[in-house]
Amino acid sequence: MKNIRNFCIIAHIDHGKSTLADRLLEETSTVTGKEMQAQVLDNMDLERERGITIKSHAIQMNYIYEGEKYVLNLIDTPGHVDFSYEVSRSIAACEGALLIVDTTQGIQAQTISNLYMAIEHDLEIIPIMNKMDMDSAMPEEVEDQIVELLGCKSDEIIKASGKTGLGIQEILQAIVKRIHPPKGDPEAPLQCLVFDSVFNSFRGIITYMKIENGTIRKGDLVKFFNTGKEYFADEIGVLRLGMEPREELRCGDVGYIISGIKVSKEVKVGDTITHVKRPCEKGIEGFEEVKPMVFAGIYPIDSEDFEDLRASMEKLQLNDASLTFEAESSAALGFGFRCGFLGMLHMEIVQERLDREFDMDVITTIPNVQYKIYTRKNEVLDVHNPSGMPDITLIDRIEEPYIRASIITRTDFIGSIMSLCLGKRGELIKQDYISSNRIELIYDMPMGEIVFDFYDKLKSISKGYASFDYHISGFRPSKLVKLDILLNGESVDALSSLTHFDNAVTIGRRMCEKLRELIPRQQFDIAIQAAIGSKIIARETIKAVRKDVTAKCYGGDISRKRKLLEKQKKGKKRMKQIGSVEVPQKAFMEVLKLD
Amino acid sequence: MAGIYIHIPFCKQRCGYCDFYSHTNLQLKQRYVDTLCKEIELRKHYLAPNETIETLYFGGGTPSLLNTSDFEQIYNALSTHFSLHNLVEITVEVNPDDVNDLLLDTLKSISCNRLSMGIQSFFDHELTVLGRRHTAQQAIEAVNLAQQHGFSNISIDLMYALPNQTIQTWRETLKLAISMNVQHISAYHLTYEPGTLFYKQKTNKIITEKDEEESIQLYEILIQSLTEAGYNQYEISNFSLPCYESKHNSSYWKNTPYIGLGASAHSYNIASRQWNIASVITYCKQIEENKSFFEIEFLTEKEKYNDFIITSLRTSKGVDLQKLTTLFGEKSRSYFIQQCQPYVHTNMLCEKDNFVRLTQKGIFVSDSILETLIDV
Ligand SMILES: Nc1nc2c(ncn2[C@@H]2O[C@H](COP(=O)(O)OP(=O)(O)OP(=O)(O)O)[C@@H](O)[C@H]2O)c(=O)[nH]1
Ligand code: SF4
Ligand SMILES: [Mg+2]
Repeated sequence: MKNIRNFCIIAHIDHGKSTLADRLLEETSTVTGKEMQAQVLDNMDLERERGITIKSHAIQMNYIYEGEKYVLNLIDTPGHVDFSYEVSRSIAACEGALLIVDTTQGIQAQTISNLYMAIEHDLEIIPIMNKMDMDSAMPEEVEDQIVELLGCKSDEIIKASGKTGLGIQEILQAIVKRIHPPKGDPEAPLQCLVFDSVFNSFRGIITYMKIENGTIRKGDLVKFFNTGKEYFADEIGVLRLGMEPREELRCGDVGYIISGIKVSKEVKVGDTITHVKRPCEKGIEGFEEVKPMVFAGIYPIDSEDFEDLRASMEKLQLNDASLTFEAESSAALGFGFRCGFLGMLHMEIVQERLDREFDMDVITTIPNVQYKIYTRKNEVLDVHNPSGMPDITLIDRIEEPYIRASIITRTDFIGSIMSLCLGKRGELIKQDYISSNRIELIYDMPMGEIVFDFYDKLKSISKGYASFDYHISGFRPSKLVKLDILLNGESVDALSSLTHFDNAVTIGRRMCEKLRELIPRQQFDIAIQAAIGSKIIARETIKAVRKDVTAKCYGGDISRKRKLLEKQKKGKKRMKQIGSVEVPQKAFMEVLKLD
Repeated sequence: MAGIYIHIPFCKQRCGYCDFYSHTNLQLKQRYVDTLCKEIELRKHYLAPNETIETLYFGGGTPSLLNTSDFEQIYNALSTHFSLHNLVEITVEVNPDDVNDLLLDTLKSISCNRLSMGIQSFFDHELTVLGRRHTAQQAIEAVNLAQQHGFSNISIDLMYALPNQTIQTWRETLKLAISMNVQHISAYHLTYEPGTLFYKQKTNKIITEKDEEESIQLYEILIQSLTEAGYNQYEISNFSLPCYESKHNSSYWKNTPYIGLGASAHSYNIASRQWNIASVITYCKQIEENKSFFEIEFLTEKEKYNDFIITSLRTSKGVDLQKLTTLFGEKSRSYFIQQCQPYVHTNMLCEKDNFVRLTQKGIFVSDSILETLIDV
């Protein structure tokens, strides 16, 4: 065990975790030339295409240092805030962390939040300044930031480049020298921490775990602590570029277990695996049920595709346990699903996978957070769909989720970022200078205000020089109202939203304006209204098309005209007919993108 | 009943709004006429033997650029390979500045009994913007001369919603047109087709498109003036005195077969539609070398249905429900009726005596309506 090192790579998004991992794998000959490709661990199609890491990936390397053989277990983590729970479990499975900072960018919001998680778990931190090869690197400045943040010495920071391979040997040596080997008792009752799982269409669910205590052998009867379910360990092994089966794994090892589990729901990240015969006394601390944060309706454009959509969602859920859904129906959109996501990136990914992997044409409705509604009869309802809101007269009070947000930015942008946050009902808690021209702002904000376009706006007003991280901080009473949108007098449930009373009129008006842009003119006037209860607060009209004569039919060229009309008609098939009005697919989502 | 269309793709100069295929290099003309005559022979069996050919139409481009011997050569080829005994309407499109005694005599000699003149406007400044080569005066004289030569079925083309046209000049143009006692008037709304000079000028904001309100106003003036003067609007863009509907053009709307000869000409024989290569040079080369010179599409049931709707609805009679059922079955009929409903309610379509037709209000949005009624 003294020759095992378990470490993860943590950083802000895009600071180069996966690329640096590539170099480590190369240097230790874990991946040979032929198998090598950029960000080799990002093996999902979507990860490769978008250049981001969505899931944690583990891989084992061998390394010889001063004549001794070491086993290094590397876990590459996703940088995006939506996946921070998974990151926290990967961190919990390690004794050390490579904290990577992009030297062209400096410390960012997720650098700090991931660092805090690592410190919480007593990890040995090895700070690394990455992308040193780039002209825009600012080594002195970033070095100061890291020293300030970690309270470490300058010479503890390793200068590296995932591109040129600078510093890679130094990193490997630091891993051996600085990170302590795993503790734990191989004779104690079995205790394995589940830090991720993947779905394989041949093997079912493959669970990634780290053995904290005890020893597991192939064929053992094991139990998942939190779900209480029992399985046989059909196959156990370590993760190289592929899976390598083993007869036995001992405490300190990182590996996988295949146990005939078919759906990902049965494997909860953070759960503890133990023996049925000689169970451990308690599970490993820090387990949480991942709860969705953002909810939206997903509907098939063509109502006949409902069952196909259900089948696709079920398949998606097989390897994405954090996706939740239940059937719901909408007067405007027919049958569909209310889905819960970890955040907006997660929601985008699900949508994209539905489209790419399952060829489903869907409408996604306005995302919502989950509110607590206290009724006069003192019941508490969790409402995450405007249509689920009880009648005003029955409501005692409403509470909405709040987040504690950290925004790190250059000082030039403070003014505009503060006014953005103010507009989102943010409350400034404190501000800290990270260096002379960089500042961290801490805000308490209603989560409902940031689910939608906050991040995009933050990026655009700061020209990309602001980073953002958050965690849920609790619920607070709020004055919320349901804002309805009416098309030609008919309320369209899929366009309803819950907003703060103070903003309702402004948002209502801007939604009407936005819909006027989004809905193409039709053969009759379309009245767009925003209403709270029975009170109309805004109105726009889309004037009817009164003239659309296009090309004439000359010399008997009927084909051309027909083809033109057929093409237009096919385009419209992607629209949703609501009452008499044709609404484009994207309108349901875009309507809240107000500038 | 069937028709023959002859395409003459030559123009002296290119008009700014025009996206038809035509060539300004007149040197190719003789080679083209020879090739055309070869095609006439090659395709003599295109129409079913029992079809009687009732109409012949020379369109362009500018057929009036042909000289006497060209016309004779083409007409002779036609009469050799097709039966022309039952022709009732022979139309030739002419440009006003080509009209003279010689041309008119030539046309008479090939039994032409209908002229279609591209006049467009009676205001020189509008004609200049359009890039037409004639003047208003030439147009008036051309009509007069044709009438003196005994042509008693004359159609003129007009255009509205021109960039520099006003309500006033449009009224005047219509008034003059009516005063000339022509039997038929085609009036087209200017459209900006990709690839044309006008389209480019519009994109570059050199000319502005008329807004919707004004277009509609101009259109209403058109309907009102011509109706008051006794013209029937028998098709979206076509008006005529009683019994002077263009028989040839009507065949396009009535699902009757026609053969189109010459570069870019379209043919239809119920089962398929085909169109010749648009380029004069390639057309000639392919035929000279006995190679294929057209594209063809065999119509699916849906496409046939769509064509039927698109063409019938353009006419004042509208879609014959009985015929629709006979041709496409009960299911298509009920689909059609169902798709019509919103427009019937909003008075854009009207259903009467088993015919569904566009109302005045509907004509202006006929594209959207057609789009709804077709099936894809
Ligand atoms: N020039 C240079 N580019 C680098 C270096 N390291 C990474 N990159 C580039 O930076 C981008 C992000 O790299 P990744 O390795 O995907 O970053 P990541 O931190 O894994 O990203 P997420 O997993 O999405 O958080 C890619 O375009 C890399 O090619 C480096 O040292 N030098
Ligand atoms: S409008 Fe007529 S004359 Fe002008 S270029 Fe077109 S085909 Fe030729
Ligand atoms: Mg990555």
